[in-house]
Amino acid sequence: MAKLISNVSPHFSGKRTTQNIMLDVIIALMPAAVASVIIFGLRALVVEVVCVATCVASEFLFEKLCKRDCTVFDLSAVVTGLLLAFNLPVSIPIWQAVIGSIAAIIVVKQLFGGIGQNFANPAITARIIMLVAFAGSMSNWSKPVDWSRSVYGADAVSGATPLAAAAKGQTEFMPDYLTLFLGHHGGCLGETCALAIILGGLYLLVRGIISWHTPVAFIATVAIMSLICGKDVLYQLLSGGLLLGAFFMATDYATTPSTKWGKIVFGIGCGLVTILIRFWGNLPEGVSYSILLMNILTPYISKLTQQKPLTGGVKV
Amino acid sequence: MKLHGIKVPHKKNTANCEPVRIPIPKTVTIPMSMHIGKPAKPIVKKGDTVKVGQLIGEPDGFVSSTIHSSVSGKVTKVDDMISSMGMKIQCITIESDGQQTLSEEVKAPKVTDFESLKTAVKASGVVGLGGAGFPTFVKLSVKDLEKVEAVVINAAECEPYITSDTRTMMDNGDYVFKGIDALRKYMKVKRFIIGIENNKKDAIAKMQELASKTKDVEVHVLPSIYPQGGEKVLVFNTMGRVIPKGALPLDVGAVVINVTTLAFIGHYLEDGIPLVEKCITVDGSAIKEPKNVIAPIGTSIADLIEAAGGYKTEPKKILYGGPMMGIAVPSDAEPVLKNTNAIIAMDEKEAMPKKTTACIGCGACLNHCPFRLDPRAIAKAYQLDRGEDLEKLCVDLCMECGCCSFVCPANRPLVQTNKLAKIKLRAYQTKKKAEAEKEGK
Repeated sequence: MAKLISNVSPHFSGKRTTQNIMLDVIIALMPAAVASVIIFGLRALVVEVVCVATCVASEFLFEKLCKRDCTVFDLSAVVTGLLLAFNLPVSIPIWQAVIGSIAAIIVVKQLFGGIGQNFANPAITARIIMLVAFAGSMSNWSKPVDWSRSVYGADAVSGATPLAAAAKGQTEFMPDYLTLFLGHHGGCLGETCALAIILGGLYLLVRGIISWHTPVAFIATVAIMSLICGKDVLYQLLSGGLLLGAFFMATDYATTPSTKWGKIVFGIGCGLVTILIRFWGNLPEGVSYSILLMNILTPYISKLTQQKPLTGGVKV
Repeated sequence: MKLHGIKVPHKKNTANCEPVRIPIPKTVTIPMSMHIGKPAKPIVKKGDTVKVGQLIGEPDGFVSSTIHSSVSGKVTKVDDMISSMGMKIQCITIESDGQQTLSEEVKAPKVTDFESLKTAVKASGVVGLGGAGFPTFVKLSVKDLEKVEAVVINAAECEPYITSDTRTMMDNGDYVFKGIDALRKYMKVKRFIIGIENNKKDAIAKMQELASKTKDVEVHVLPSIYPQGGEKVLVFNTMGRVIPKGALPLDVGAVVINVTTLAFIGHYLEDGIPLVEKCITVDGSAIKEPKNVIAPIGTSIADLIEAAGGYKTEPKKILYGGPMMGIAVPSDAEPVLKNTNAIIAMDEKEAMPKKTTACIGCGACLNHCPFRLDPRAIAKAYQLDRGEDLEKLCVDLCMECGCCSFVCPANRPLVQTNKLAKIKLRAYQTKKKAEAEKEGK
């Protein structure tokens, strides 16, 4: 008889792998990707493809260079690329998208040790790097494409995002709820269509990839605080990157707490910072900053919300 | 409060297979340690003739067990062998004469009170047959019988594949209740709880039918959430009590006993045949005809598998016990032990471990641990050699049920790390104690 494998139990393992978790996230992002192309034209697809390709290529090359195991096939770089693209305006110059993607993978993820080791969300941090580095092009909001005139998009007239319009009190630029829900207005690629994001978020919840704690805490905090501050609650919920952030970025495994209470605290924290920036800050939008800030606090939240082992009172 | 757990594939393929007796093997190898505690001392030597049920190993110390010959024939070897756990163990090899002559020593025990019950249980050589192998008489050695509020009968059988306990309930249900009768009479127990996972409908029906004739036996149907059969998990889910760390079920008023162990006691009190054979589930992807078999203790795994039609394909892994907590053996020459309830042979596809990748911090391990431990933090503390942290993280609470490793998407060997961390914690605690004593002087 050939040699038998002799390892420690368990000898069964579940069906979940890092790769199929990431695949589920990609599937969940597809409705928003389709919506982005419908709303902003084919250039949206170009930006998404460029970001994904650059992320995957930088991960591959960096790991080759550092003689690390190749992790391209776990698909996490694809998720980062998609999420970064979703956080960019459609008119972003391609070279800037490339630099952002490289920053996301190499600076934020790989320099800290690769998958699972990064303390901040790569897509969000890269977006903030780009906001600082390319302030102009990052706030150049194109209006939705008119398919009868052009298919490529991005050459349309610039318009304000709903949040910027609200901040400036330009009521004439503020879309109605249905338009907000369907996402037919200016903004980042993947954040405008609430319908598509909610569909994707529900898919992740049903598949058990994310738990409800963070998104519910995050969104509820924003809703309650908007109500207290006398703002239009629905408008605040449907505009900006709130839904995309709550479902896809505040639920990132490595950079957020793992326990139920940790997730709730994290979500509430994100909601509060978002509100502070939106209502009292200089910027119209604060979801990215709120998540980054809470990413930094994650180790402390985790420590405070550690689950207590079931010791039943220690007996000596 | 609910304890975490996982859904594992049940694979109870053999639930309807009535156990068949295998042909008497040519030789049996009986290790002197098939229980938790000190190994027994062999009392036969090479060349001796032995009969079925004859005492061949005497208990050495309190936590030990008696061992009996499972065949009639001649002792050919009393020698050290390497066990599947990697330890040297004395083993007695007996060549069978094929007659299975019963020893004159075998006669029904005279039980009149609790003391004589304990003596009988000790003489029977029975140990925890659910897999742990803890000598049963030690468990029954309760000093203050008032403390026992309930006997919890563990019939959860939460491991995939295994159906030997199911068969005990179906085929030997009467003996389970004879065991209950004995405990009721001599141990003065007033409440019995039979805990069964809800995937064993027929066994539940049988137990309920028998329980309806009594007043003090409850059949507690439990959800099929692994590890339902873990002692602490079972006591919590049936009695709602948490057994404190480092304590025994008795500290919360419970005695937990496996259903097959109890049925054996019921049987033993009737005919006095000690623990010399065992009903074993033989299954797995490499087995041609999965079935339940009754085999003499000491039969080689190869002989057992032969009785199940042999291998379908070349086995890549063979287990004592189920896939969640079973022990992988180095070869099929290993003998069947007292506490072996299943032999699982896996083909290449089933046996090959998934590749281990980096931890992605998903938290599945800590969100599925029945005892709410944090395997990720334990692994870190272990790597950093931090005994103090391991103590705080209560790694010694871990029962190695395997939920964390099972759910880990990166297939990290979390159970293995926990096992190693426990050893490290013990070393740390010993060192700390020694230092404290030194300072005290």
